[in-house]
Amino acid sequence: MNGLELVKLIDISRCTACRGCQVACKQWNELPASKTRNTGSYQNPPDLQWNTWTLIRFQEYVDQKGTLKWLFRKDGCMHCTDAACVKVCPTEALYHTDFGSVGINYDRCIGCKECITACPFGVPKFNSATNKIYKCDLCQTRLRANQPPACVLSCPTGALQIGAKDAMLKKAYQRAKELGGDAAVYGDKFVGGTHVIYVLPEKAAVYDKLPEKPAVPLSIIAWKDVLKPMGLIATGGVVAGVFLHYITHGPKNPDEGNGNEKGGEI
Amino acid sequence: MEISRRGFLSMSGAIGSGVALSTLGLDLTALKAHAAEVTKMDRLRTAKQTTTICCYCSVGCGLICSTDKLTGKIFNIEGDPDHPINEGSLCSKGAGLFGLTEANEHRLRKVHYRAPKSDKWEEKDWDWTLKRIARLVKDARDKDFITRNAKDQEVNRVETIGHLGTSNINNEECWLLSMSCRAMGLVYIDHQARV
Amino acid sequence: MTNHYIDLKNSDCILIMGSNAAEHHPIAFKWILRAKEERNARIVHVDPRYTRTSARCDYHVPLRSGTDIAFLGGMIKYIIENNLIQEEYVKHYTNAAMLVNPTYEFKDGLFSGFDKEKGQYNKDSWTLEKDEKGIPVQDLTLENPRCVYQMLKQHYSRYTLDKVSSVTGVSKENLLKVYNEYAATGARDKAGTICYALGWTHHTVGSQNIRTMSIIQLLLGNIGICGGGVNALRGEPNVQGSTDMCILYNLLPGYLKMPSGSLDTLAKYMEKYTTKTSAPQSANWYQNYPKYTVSFLKSFFGDKAVPENDFGYSWLPKIDDGKHYSLMHLFDKMYEGGIKGMFAYGTNPACSAPNTTKTRKALEKLNWLVCVNIFDNETSSFWKGPGVDPHKNETEVFLLPAAASPEKEGSQSNSGRWIQWKNKAGNPPEDAMSDGDITMRIMDAVRELYAKEGGVFPEPILNLKWDYRDPKGKFDVLKTSKQINGYFVKEVVIEDAAKGTKEINPKGDLVPTFGKLMADGSTSCGCWVMSGSFDQKGENKMAKRGKADPTGLGLYPDWSYAWPLNRRIIYNRASCDLTGKPFNPKMKLLEWTGDKWVGDVADGPWPPVADLEKGKLPFIMKPDGVASIFGAGMVEGPFPEHYEPLEGPLTQNPLSGQLVNPTITIFKSDLDKVANADQKYPFVCTSYSATEHWCTGALTRWQPWLSEMQPEAYVEVGEKLAGQLGIKNGERVNVTSIRGSVKCVAMVTKRFQPFIVEGKVVHQVGLPFNYGWLYPEDSGDSANFLTIAVGCPNTFCPEYKAFMVNIAKI
Repeated sequence: MNGLELVKLIDISRCTACRGCQVACKQWNELPASKTRNTGSYQNPPDLQWNTWTLIRFQEYVDQKGTLKWLFRKDGCMHCTDAACVKVCPTEALYHTDFGSVGINYDRCIGCKECITACPFGVPKFNSATNKIYKCDLCQTRLRANQPPACVLSCPTGALQIGAKDAMLKKAYQRAKELGGDAAVYGDKFVGGTHVIYVLPEKAAVYDKLPEKPAVPLSIIAWKDVLKPMGLIATGGVVAGVFLHYITHGPKNPDEGNGNEKGGEI
Repeated sequence: MEISRRGFLSMSGAIGSGVALSTLGLDLTALKAHAAEVTKMDRLRTAKQTTTICCYCSVGCGLICSTDKLTGKIFNIEGDPDHPINEGSLCSKGAGLFGLTEANEHRLRKVHYRAPKSDKWEEKDWDWTLKRIARLVKDARDKDFITRNAKDQEVNRVETIGHLGTSNINNEECWLLSMSCRAMGLVYIDHQARV
Repeated sequence: MTNHYIDLKNSDCILIMGSNAAEHHPIAFKWILRAKEERNARIVHVDPRYTRTSARCDYHVPLRSGTDIAFLGGMIKYIIENNLIQEEYVKHYTNAAMLVNPTYEFKDGLFSGFDKEKGQYNKDSWTLEKDEKGIPVQDLTLENPRCVYQMLKQHYSRYTLDKVSSVTGVSKENLLKVYNEYAATGARDKAGTICYALGWTHHTVGSQNIRTMSIIQLLLGNIGICGGGVNALRGEPNVQGSTDMCILYNLLPGYLKMPSGSLDTLAKYMEKYTTKTSAPQSANWYQNYPKYTVSFLKSFFGDKAVPENDFGYSWLPKIDDGKHYSLMHLFDKMYEGGIKGMFAYGTNPACSAPNTTKTRKALEKLNWLVCVNIFDNETSSFWKGPGVDPHKNETEVFLLPAAASPEKEGSQSNSGRWIQWKNKAGNPPEDAMSDGDITMRIMDAVRELYAKEGGVFPEPILNLKWDYRDPKGKFDVLKTSKQINGYFVKEVVIEDAAKGTKEINPKGDLVPTFGKLMADGSTSCGCWVMSGSFDQKGENKMAKRGKADPTGLGLYPDWSYAWPLNRRIIYNRASCDLTGKPFNPKMKLLEWTGDKWVGDVADGPWPPVADLEKGKLPFIMKPDGVASIFGAGMVEGPFPEHYEPLEGPLTQNPLSGQLVNPTITIFKSDLDKVANADQKYPFVCTSYSATEHWCTGALTRWQPWLSEMQPEAYVEVGEKLAGQLGIKNGERVNVTSIRGSVKCVAMVTKRFQPFIVEGKVVHQVGLPFNYGWLYPEDSGDSANFLTIAVGCPNTFCPEYKAFMVNIAKI
């Protein structure tokens, strides 16, 4: 598969929320669990975390006809072509792979958290214990060995598939057409096209935490094109990170998420 | 830009080293690459691969266990793509099967014994344990054996020892249990099929 | 399952009722969705609660817990009145055309023969009329008012749409939608299947729930065909195998009956259970009963089992006639102080048994307890549980460390009867060993004591064939497996005069099929249904991994081994018409080619029924060769009848004067309390599991990845009810029944909606039984504090799926 641009297709209409993917990801990637509570939902952990790279979101929804639906959306890195996280990363810890996915080199990560602010999907998560950012890398080592990502292998119903970009897009559009109604393909039309594509049976606006029109913030485009090269040359990554943080947000820490990054310490 | 496998490697290091992180009882060290230059994928290629069947529901999904040839420890379990039923897929329980291997710190490793009125477990060896259990069985059986019932029919049974079995062991083990219970004369014999 | 998991893809309509397949058999659901995608099959979920299964079905129909027979009885009425039956099948392969005993009657909820004092039926009238030769009298026009078909029609005439809707809380529109879609599978070229699970068995009418559906499947010609059948999606990995091996009080391995006091000789036992028939075209398979029994005794006692001692029959324990010894009976006796010691292998009754308060009090009365498990659980640690003072409890407790599933070799049987071989991937930690090794060592120690000291009735213990150690002293799995398959223990010569063949089977060869077992002691076989899992020279067919699929129907005959005889679909000759041609030529499971059957392994070699001389009827396990729409197999009636759960919201059964199943056993201890239609407990409650846990969570709560997703006990409450009670999502509540209470998190949901039952609003709630006090420390305790120790009188599966509770904010 090396060198081939890949797309992971998430067909929400086929997902049974068995969460095989959520656990398979943890098993393969050696991610510990967090201590959680039941907050009145099956969804747990409540959000993506440094140690939870993919998560099924559960959402009860009554459509316009009054029909109850239970929506299951597998959340995780969208592997954007125009990836804000890669743009802002001062140390090139985040990078594009030849599959089109966004890889992460933890040795280079300095924990500046810029990617957290930049990502329109809320994907990168910080672990204060290691001072690093974590996220899905589409199981890069598996792809190189011609194996599907752990989540895709585990999926019983074909809700998760991976393959060449063109073939997957074709499948996605065909499936959306079959489903009819509000069904649509999500992902190929913004941020240069994502390498994770959804088939959404409902309108995108219906789904929790799914931006309707995700985009790379303008300030980041400015940074990428102008400030970052300057900063790197002048002061090295660490300082540049702090600098960027200051100019884009002022003297305030970016939100560390929901506190769950401390989960591993409980 | 260097991409290759570095990302994966350093990730493993990042979680496993430095700060001591509780993993809620699941020791992930068996999962980790034991040498810095070896990825999990590399380990998989050199591991002993064994097929087994999932131990949760009754669908009978196939799994492949990868065991490190040096340590003898299982370090990866995933779906068997050749299995005609699951075709590699697994649900959350099946995908997490690694969680009940010996990497789980809660696994029982020794015989636990609790003496009458004691408030704690103590560890025992098998030899003592088996002799003690046999003594208790024999004493109860010999004392309470019923040769004839109220209708004076020959029944040859023991009613004061019960056996609750399991539906989570292999057929050969089930058969052995079924036979040993009957040989002892037990009649209160049941298992999870009803519950 | 009559069929198997992959076969679900061959169905045209899949009714999921009494099951939450997507959550509890997620990989089965893969095949259910494949039917939807490849065949445009309809997928219907009937369940009190909207679940992850409902989310992927065509539609969900909410039904009040415990009213399945009313729902299905209405479907029987609909099928008959609209003449949607598969006529050839019904007339020839079932007893629909046979005449019922003239003394049989049904009146106001009770069948003829009821003894009110004993709570039991005399079944003498539940029989068919036979002619002077003993052959059942038939009317193939199905018009005789006393024929089974007409009696069935009459029985369910009360199950009108209005009545069924009022009982079940299902709208008439929804009833008609399901009836119409499912009944369409009565067409010869359509297949409908049922996926059920504990949602049906966990009722006081559990067995009759399944029987009602079986009658529907027979009316529609859906048993024996691919994409059809009656399919129990069973809950545990080897529940099929452990049932085949009969770790059960009432059966011996291979479903041989447990001998009882009145059957004091082998001859009497054989006489009772060897079925006889006068029906000329019946294969009457159980005429072979003596072969299986004697071969079993030979495997049990080896050389010590000889004709002179009835092959050791007297060494088997005998139960009392009519008495039961199930888990509930065991705990009742234990609570009375009548049990001294207990073995609990891989099980956690302190959480799984009904009426937890009583169960845990009972455990305190044991002198000793031996638990075998891979983790500690609430049973082994009962002495330090809530409300127990360890310093006062006298029980001696052993907790023996077992090997986990991937740490041992052996076979495991899935619900589709595929016996699959598992290989050992690693060693168990430290002193842990397999359950087989533990059992062998315990029995060795007991045998040693008896050999040394003597004792009461030592014969079965000392004469037990018990040589299953390998040269290293470990449990020899393969040797045991072969013993289960069976051996020729003497040279057996089989001559067929008609064919002119003579076959010599040397002593020591494995028996290649149960067809070659003998009643004279020349063969041994530990469990006849599994005979054939090895070939005669020892090839282990359970380990086969061939992927050929010659029929294209997903039978995979070269993958593992399916009992019986590698048959993938049971009663498969019923998929063909009287001449042996498939009813649905597009789904050719089997076909008679003039001299043999081609396709799946046929249910017997005989020609189809049209061959009046040699042909045999397809339902070979039934004495008359046909399936019983009317039959005396169940204790509470020859036709299923709706009764309310023991604890429910109604004071009267809307369908008859008999409120609850008249044959149930109600235990009488001070803790066996019942509160029917009691204002203090106004809400219907059901218990269930979650995808992320297994049974009481005894294996899964210890696993961080799984506990992270489902960390603690919760109760699902509909929005309307939560609004009335002022409960907000995520708040902590007490759920209480007359027997006990549990604290949990309220999950307020749109997925439970109130029912209108007999004109009144009835709310239902539900909670998982996956939790216990031991671990994680703050995860809650067992839902079974709420449940009743009462069960189906046929199987004694407890009524976990319908009881009454109240809910209050903490």
